[in-house]
Amino acid sequence: MTTLDSGVDSLADVTSSEDRLRRFLLGLPGVDQVGAEARAATLSTRSIKTTAKAYALDLAIRMIDLTTLEGQDTPGKVRALCAKAMRPDPADSTAPQVAAVCVYPDLVATAKHELRGSDVKVASVATAFPSGRSSLAVKVQDTKDAVAAGADQVDMVIDRGAFLSGRYGLVFDEIAAIREAAGDAHLKVILETGELVTYDNVRRASWLAMLAGADFIKTSTGKVSPAATLPVTLVMLEAVRDYHESTGLHIGVKPAGGIRTAKDAIKYLVMVNETAGPDWLDPELFRFGASSLLNDLLMQRTKLATGHYPGPDYFTLD
Amino acid sequence: MSRFEYAPAPESRAIVDIKSSYGLFVNGQFVEATDGKPFKTVSPSSEEVLAEISEAGPADVDKAVKAARKAFEKVWGPMSGRDRAKYLFRIARLIQERSRELAVLESLDNGKPIRESRDVDIPLVAAHFFYYAGWADKLEYAGVGEDPQPWGVAGQVIPWNFPMLMLAWKIAPALAAGNTVILKPAETTPLTALAFAEICQQADLPPGVVNIVTGAGRTGQTLVEHPDVDKVAFTGSTEVGRAIAKSVAGSDKAVTLELGGKAANIVFEDAPIDQTIEGIVNGIFFNQGHVCCAGSRLLVQESVYDEVLARLKRRMGTLRVGDPLDKNTDIGAINSAAQLARIRELSQIGEDEGAERWSPECELPAEGYWFPPTVFTGVSQAHRIAREEIFGPVLSVLTFRTPAEAVEKANNTPFGLSAGIWTDKGSRILWMANQLRAGVVWANTFNRFDPTSPFGGYKESGYGREGGRHGLEAYLAH
Repeated sequence: MTTLDSGVDSLADVTSSEDRLRRFLLGLPGVDQVGAEARAATLSTRSIKTTAKAYALDLAIRMIDLTTLEGQDTPGKVRALCAKAMRPDPADSTAPQVAAVCVYPDLVATAKHELRGSDVKVASVATAFPSGRSSLAVKVQDTKDAVAAGADQVDMVIDRGAFLSGRYGLVFDEIAAIREAAGDAHLKVILETGELVTYDNVRRASWLAMLAGADFIKTSTGKVSPAATLPVTLVMLEAVRDYHESTGLHIGVKPAGGIRTAKDAIKYLVMVNETAGPDWLDPELFRFGASSLLNDLLMQRTKLATGHYPGPDYFTLD
Repeated sequence: MSRFEYAPAPESRAIVDIKSSYGLFVNGQFVEATDGKPFKTVSPSSEEVLAEISEAGPADVDKAVKAARKAFEKVWGPMSGRDRAKYLFRIARLIQERSRELAVLESLDNGKPIRESRDVDIPLVAAHFFYYAGWADKLEYAGVGEDPQPWGVAGQVIPWNFPMLMLAWKIAPALAAGNTVILKPAETTPLTALAFAEICQQADLPPGVVNIVTGAGRTGQTLVEHPDVDKVAFTGSTEVGRAIAKSVAGSDKAVTLELGGKAANIVFEDAPIDQTIEGIVNGIFFNQGHVCCAGSRLLVQESVYDEVLARLKRRMGTLRVGDPLDKNTDIGAINSAAQLARIRELSQIGEDEGAERWSPECELPAEGYWFPPTVFTGVSQAHRIAREEIFGPVLSVLTFRTPAEAVEKANNTPFGLSAGIWTDKGSRILWMANQLRAGVVWANTFNRFDPTSPFGGYKESGYGREGGRHGLEAYLAH
């Protein structure tokens, strides 16, 4: 097994052998399902109004990885998405840009070209997304292709089959290999929590990904239901908070899939604020994988500024 | 703005219509008190006077008891269970319809955060009426004999910590069982009981079935000592409970008492840590710690003590103390100046006895009665803060090494109302629950209430059960 080299001396020992890794992951404190869900529900009752709402809406826009991951994607579709990423609200130039555009590897070059000169990054899924059912060699090549085409960020999937059958070393090595193949690109590791099912698994997979070199841990591909949920994100936020406490390193969190309304997005931001803490209220450390969310954020933003709702036709569809 | 500062999000007061003064609710009408001196109820978060309340003197209490007796004999007693149920269902629905108003009123008068009155208190109040409405025509299946009969007239005295919920715990089973009631709410929190009187009128409840007499301890004493009261139910301090037990001794009154507590919340090393921290916080800071079953003694296994304390303190730093009507408030105001004085006094004693006191940095409002969430470490079984009920947001932390030691320490108290166990081991939960001498034992949760679940204490925490089928038993002669 690969060992860790940087920054995480206190945990280096944990990854020195498969057996130790396994014991460490199985020794993490359990998550009580009822309690975790109750905590997420309580946090969702926070009432975010006026100035706080304005701050949250803009922050949420800045955190969006505007995503299209369909078989029917075309360069034309991606170009439209990039235009929207750079100027989300055609009627209001004060609306901030989103964080990134997220596409399949073959469309990275198109996105890169469209976004040139802007601060919007290009994220590419890779590693036989969404199932991850391919050889390591193919996954590594997939990653290299995406980076070569200009991807600033790589969103990989873990091998859920290996994880569920307890082969943690295999999952670790694969993440580490992709970490290396991704080079300077930011690595987001998708846990596909809808397939891991239990919160104990979510906590273990989060730690496994962080130990293996993830810059971000991400809930879902968006292709499996349930995708992101508040309690799953809560458990992941607790994991990055605890990892930071042990190592001093900040790892990001990205819920993806199923977050469609500004109201939902604000619930996530409240959870970030009160769980991982204000450090994570930053696009460098928290992202939303979403597409339709953006229009609702823009609509609520206009409502807050003008006092009335514009019709949905005033926002672009992509 | 570089930080996520939650802007004030106050629930509107416009929905409540507080009158400048209130009479007593006797025989279906609001009436002036004939004796007794009026008193004021204030909002503990601002010290603003909310209304003037009548004090019921002996003549008033006597009228209320007579009205209840007449209603019991002529209307409510002879009425079929099915018809009584209709009234109770109607009351339950009215409470739901007026839930926002009742929640605001409760937070104003009591000082508790609107998040709790809106999401916990009032929904539970409605749930209790719905639940006992269902029992009204099925009493012969309650397991207390083939033909259970109501006692008759019940005199009920309730505390200020959950004003309307305690009213529901008392009135719903009493009416379902066929009794009529005279209820005395606490002198600092009478407003929701008076709103409930209006609901009884709205529901067309026959006059005299529910009577509300306001006043302080003297009114309560007059009520429980009234010779024509058949059944006494009291929730409150052990001291007053003792006095009531003495005053009814030798009479043929039936009594249930729900008194104080000093619950142990026991954390084992294999506990689900993040949820445990939430449970500790909920156990002691829910309702400002004004909870008889609060988890006020935290027993932590020594092997995880440092981690639990560090996480608990970090979490306490995110608690939002302030305006009870702000929807983002976690901890509201202390209910009264007297209670605040007691919390301060016991906290000072804790310091003087050598325990270490810690509170997160938090700005308390200038007006009103406030106390910051507080934790005492280095507490031993001998300290007064480990033995006496503080009834405030003050947690005493003790440690243990083995499960047997945890049980020993948890049971080493004159009280026995509730306890909490935090562990991932199911077998240990069951073993502990059998060892703990407490009426309610929560596992991996705390302060959860449900109308179907009985509640009550061991030892000096009182006798009798409220809630569930067991709660009916207290209102049926058998």
